[in-house]
Amino acid sequence: MSTLLRMATAGSVDDGKSTLVGRLLHDTKSVLADQMQAVERVSKEKGLGVVDLALLTDGLRAEREQGITIDVAYRYFASANRTFILADCPGHVQYTRNTVTGASTADALVLLVDARKGVLEQTRRHLAVAALLRVPHVIVAVNKMDLVGYDADIFARVAQAVTAVASELGLGHAVAIPVSALEGDNVVTRTSRAPWYDGPSLLELLEGLPAAQDAAAYAFRLPVQLTIRPQDASRDPAFRDYRGYAGQIASGVVRRGEQVVVLPLGLATTVVGIDTADGELDEAFAPMSVTLRLADEFDIARGDMIAAVESAPVPTQDLDGMVAWLHERPARVGQRVLVKHTTRSVPATIRDIAGRLDLDKMAPQATETLALNDIGRVSLRLASPVMADNYLASRRTGSFLLIDPQSGATLAAGMVRGHQAFSDEMTIIPGQFWAWEI
Amino acid sequence: MSPGQLDLLGELESEAIHIIREASAELERPVLLFSGGKDSVVMLHLALKAFWPGPLPFPVMHVDTGHNFPEVLAYRDEVVARHRLRLLVASVQDYLDDGRLVERSDGTRNPLQTQPLLDALAEHRFDAVFGGGRRDEEKARAKERVVSLRDEFGQWDPRNQRPELWNLYNARHRPGEHVRVFPLSNWTELDVWRYVDREGIDLPGLYFAHTREVFERDGMWLAVGPYSAPRGAEAAETLTVRYRTVGDMSCTGAVQSEAATVADILIEVATTRISERGATRADDRLTEAAMEDRKKEGYF
Ligand SMILES: Nc1nc2c(ncn2[C@@H]2O[C@H](COP(=O)(O)OP(=O)(O)O)[C@@H](O)[C@H]2O)c(=O)[nH]1
Repeated sequence: MSTLLRMATAGSVDDGKSTLVGRLLHDTKSVLADQMQAVERVSKEKGLGVVDLALLTDGLRAEREQGITIDVAYRYFASANRTFILADCPGHVQYTRNTVTGASTADALVLLVDARKGVLEQTRRHLAVAALLRVPHVIVAVNKMDLVGYDADIFARVAQAVTAVASELGLGHAVAIPVSALEGDNVVTRTSRAPWYDGPSLLELLEGLPAAQDAAAYAFRLPVQLTIRPQDASRDPAFRDYRGYAGQIASGVVRRGEQVVVLPLGLATTVVGIDTADGELDEAFAPMSVTLRLADEFDIARGDMIAAVESAPVPTQDLDGMVAWLHERPARVGQRVLVKHTTRSVPATIRDIAGRLDLDKMAPQATETLALNDIGRVSLRLASPVMADNYLASRRTGSFLLIDPQSGATLAAGMVRGHQAFSDEMTIIPGQFWAWEI
Repeated sequence: MSPGQLDLLGELESEAIHIIREASAELERPVLLFSGGKDSVVMLHLALKAFWPGPLPFPVMHVDTGHNFPEVLAYRDEVVARHRLRLLVASVQDYLDDGRLVERSDGTRNPLQTQPLLDALAEHRFDAVFGGGRRDEEKARAKERVVSLRDEFGQWDPRNQRPELWNLYNARHRPGEHVRVFPLSNWTELDVWRYVDREGIDLPGLYFAHTREVFERDGMWLAVGPYSAPRGAEAAETLTVRYRTVGDMSCTGAVQSEAATVADILIEVATTRISERGATRADDRLTEAAMEDRKKEGYF
């Protein structure tokens, strides 16, 4: 069975990220002949002696002209048993926004570090973003090993420094790999030039990562996308009275015959059918898209949630969240926003900005506003309730967007830190952002 | 009990259905672009699944260059009838006939599709356009969002895209603006064919090996027909070919192939060394940035 792994890459400018991504594509034979010819032609035009694999991945014309990548781009490559969706995140300081975007969907983050430079401020920021967004696996590719003679001590020092920062941030498992993106060492194939290293290549490591199971393992939640009622359909009288609630399971498992609760109504009922266009199922799990039929005819609409009876979320109009501010116009207290949480969008006000995280000092800081690329903590008052989980427990039902109601612009990426309904039940790893009181 | 895990196609399918349902629920007047090409066929298949057992709650639209393969038009009409869809046709030929557009010197009509498309969107006040574009197709598409804003002139601003996080899609737009929605963003050409195979989706016969009278131009095999014919030293030959993309007859090239079934094609795609667009679309080869330029202007 071929599975999907979503990953992101990040690194400072010139650490070799484009070269590494080009190398991954090239060595997994994901580059087709005509694309390769184009790259060879441009390399020659630029007077380069070798083929610049970095050219495979920089997309838009403006970026080609400036020679830098400035927006998240998505790449696709595959090995024998896995397909990878790679969010390629540009690495300027001012583009923390991109790393946040790429990390939001990633099961794994590959972070580039130049072996000669070691851990930089930017490395710490990227690790902080990975911790904040709860990327399950972090891999540090210590690049340009060819320029340091494949020196074991240099690698060990960098690896150690990275691990120290990672554990300070509460990132469980950060693995380091010595690579040369330029020469292809330990990217797809293992190298013999670093005999002291007996670990896997980057691709081998990515192939072996357990698929993210936390979504399916958490309690059942299905945010309703729409109600399916083909009643007018003269097409098939069998469906005249059909009424189903369509959505993608955000977490957990649901079985036919099981009790569920409909929120925010708070009414319990039974799942009588789990439908797909391919037939009925006995059970379904995240992230399947299904349509549920329920025993009772409640008034259920888009934005409602069908959840497991035990540990169902408590609807709330007060959210305490970490936000990554993504817009040029800064946040301010009293600002009116739209909160988009699962399939529900509700008007809200920023009631308080508790502080921002100084990513360089890794410390909280008092502030009145949040500027582009700031990460901070806010409290929000909502016009109607949402069914939120703590982001630490569920990325799908713990995340939200802040949207400008007037322009429609996306202002911030938000992660639910808590609300009055669950104060202390989450165990918070010491040192992790989430524990920081500001 | 440990929960199950979806395989690759299961996950891509579920994601696409989620996207289609989101856009359909959040936007007032969606339309799905349907050309009879395999990506649009797969997208339609997913959309039908998304609303099952209900009918498709929006119409489909074909931007007809007037140079389409007759068998593709027949296929289109058959699918529309089978699923009782509402079909709108935006016709490039009408624009040429009444002078709103003029034929290009190279005879290529693909770039002429933009105007009729945008006019049709305005006329029907569509605010969401489902397209079958995939990010693996081309460099400029790699940065395209799943839900992508277009201004009142249909233009895409690649420098100023909204960040797209988790599976939360922001489809808000001002009056006159619209969004393009790409449910197949994360699919590759191979995924599309694997899905066609798994689901038993039927496609126009053009995709499978057949004999056809063709001639070579710019390294591509073009069909001999009413809209393209050999010039000068170009000579017609009868070869066994198939198409990897279907579009305008005058600029869509065939490839020599013996792949007569989906299973054959899967093997061919898995081992092929030329990209879909590189092999078969003359207009994309015009310049390095051809696609980017057309996308900015509102092309799909
Ligand atoms: N010697 C050496 N040079 C590298 C390696 N990886 C990248 N480079 C070079 O470092 C420079 C920056 O690489 P690039 O991939 O463009 O960096 P990016 O800004 O992180 O995308 C280029 O000149 C690359 O050729 C490596 O492993 N070894």
